[in-house]
Amino acid sequence: MAQPSALKKVSDTIWELPRSYKTGMLVPARIYATEKLIKEMDDGVFEQVSNVACLPGIVNYAFCMPDGHWGYGFPIGGVAAMDPEKGVISPGGIGFDINCGMRLVRTNLTYDEVKPRLKELVDAMFYRIPSGVGSTGLLRLSHDEFRTMTEEGSRWCLKKGYAWSEDLELTEEQGCFKGAKASKVSQRAVERGFDQVGTLGSGNHYCEIQVAKPENIFDAECARAFGFTLPNQVAVMFHCGSRGFGHQVATDYLQLFLKVMESKYGIKVLDRELACAPFNSPEGQDYFAAMKCAANMAFVNRQVILHLLRQVFSEVFQRSPEDLGMSMVYDVTHNTAKLETHIIKGKPRELLVHRKGATRAYGPGMEGLPAKYSETGQPVIIGGSMETGSYLLAGLATGADAFYTTAHGSGRTMSRHQAKKMYRGTKLQHDMEERGIYVRSVSWGGLAEEAGAAYKQIDEVVEATELAGLSKRVLRLIPIGNIKG
Amino acid sequence: MPYRYLDEIATADVAFEATGKDLEEVFASAAEATTHVMIEEPERLERKQKVEVRLSNEEADMLLFNFLGELVYYKDAKKLLLRVDEIRITEGDSGYSLEATLSGEELDPKKHPLGADVKAVTLHMFKLERTEEGWKATAILDI
Repeated sequence: MAQPSALKKVSDTIWELPRSYKTGMLVPARIYATEKLIKEMDDGVFEQVSNVACLPGIVNYAFCMPDGHWGYGFPIGGVAAMDPEKGVISPGGIGFDINCGMRLVRTNLTYDEVKPRLKELVDAMFYRIPSGVGSTGLLRLSHDEFRTMTEEGSRWCLKKGYAWSEDLELTEEQGCFKGAKASKVSQRAVERGFDQVGTLGSGNHYCEIQVAKPENIFDAECARAFGFTLPNQVAVMFHCGSRGFGHQVATDYLQLFLKVMESKYGIKVLDRELACAPFNSPEGQDYFAAMKCAANMAFVNRQVILHLLRQVFSEVFQRSPEDLGMSMVYDVTHNTAKLETHIIKGKPRELLVHRKGATRAYGPGMEGLPAKYSETGQPVIIGGSMETGSYLLAGLATGADAFYTTAHGSGRTMSRHQAKKMYRGTKLQHDMEERGIYVRSVSWGGLAEEAGAAYKQIDEVVEATELAGLSKRVLRLIPIGNIKG
Repeated sequence: MPYRYLDEIATADVAFEATGKDLEEVFASAAEATTHVMIEEPERLERKQKVEVRLSNEEADMLLFNFLGELVYYKDAKKLLLRVDEIRITEGDSGYSLEATLSGEELDPKKHPLGADVKAVTLHMFKLERTEEGWKATAILDI
């Protein structure tokens, strides 16, 4: 993959495209990567991150994280902070899957205790947590109840008995984006999502049983603070978002913004997927309020999945979820825009930070962290491929330059179609089982598309974030059981 | 209904190119390419349920964007996977109008092996253009 000749090395982990790279760039674009990762970066990343640098009101830099790859509008891994007065909000900077995110729950079980029951556990998860194209959940909500839920987020779950009160404290934004207005959401969006609460979806979404082996603990003190105290402790990590509801909210506003962007606000963009509106306009504010509804639905989706997981573990081990120590480590979102205060040129300034396939990573002592993590920094959950493993990281004070943001996954390097040509789902399942990973999927093709070799080396991605001072390694988790859509 | 998937763009999503001798045919090809991402062998869908779709847009490409969006909507809202039976596109003073009859059946993984869920049609590199042979559409679907 050819790098643009204008790309210059700023440090061992920062690469910059200057404003002169493209007409219209308001700020330079910076990509976080090691030399190896920058060489492997998709061509689309350079094109897309420099398009982002042209958006009105962008502050300092357009960023891309080390797991960056070709997306639509923003690259996946794209980060842009906008001035709320002069800047824009863009659905293409958040993604269709609003508040797609990761949740990690631990247990006090060890691998030796889980291993004999692994198949039973994975099979029970597979039947209890629906996945795949258009899958529907077990909750039956009326449209009105669904709309109420999208304004309340995880608090709704607490009311309904699907959450422990500590879960909310351990969810980014306490599981509720304040200011969500269901009146700004179309009926079409509700119709697409009202019966999908508690479902995984498909693509790269999954729910995985993992083990923290002693040799994979990098920071023992931090690991303890995050609740990993036993050798070979078992945890469950899952990845999903706002399902058809969020996808439709983004689609609706993308079309609205296209209509008003140029004619009403005189804004031109280099890619229609970057359609945007001034943040401080009626359209921009309506999208922000609707996006929050979708973000809240995603928190509820992951909360209900956690509730189902606790039921499954409780039934298989005949012990209560409390007794099994099934507490959350954290829930992070990686597709959002949020108003945050950052220090710009020595002064605090409120900014609208878009993160698309990028995780917020607050350093120790920052406001907005649960009290129990104020000394460690924010837990950051990085999902790897189903064959290789995942990471738990912690945010650092040195992440300020990137608005306290780090990677979100390992990042794909191979197209889905290519992966399907190279791998067969049935053989992959068999091979993985021989290596001690039991996987179930509703789609053989979907399984093949997620083969480990279709992804970047997660160790390299995580190392890049550490070298760049964005986040530090706490522990690595290896997969033993997985369900996929 | 000719279409092909493009490996060289869109790493995590699915890009396709669909062609047709006229607008009707390229719309039908693009619809088939979209449904085929979600299930294997869309030609095995039985025509059990019918859906009438009426859309209009000033631009032909955005009409296609809306049309593909209908397939994604029906997949979630009605659990229906659809193919094009009949389609008619007319050009008037205020743009383009589409009238189509789609048919198909409810999602049943036992009958139709599932592919990947299409979250949305994106506008990144989205294009509908005239060629010597007729029309060509390029789209990236968010997976």
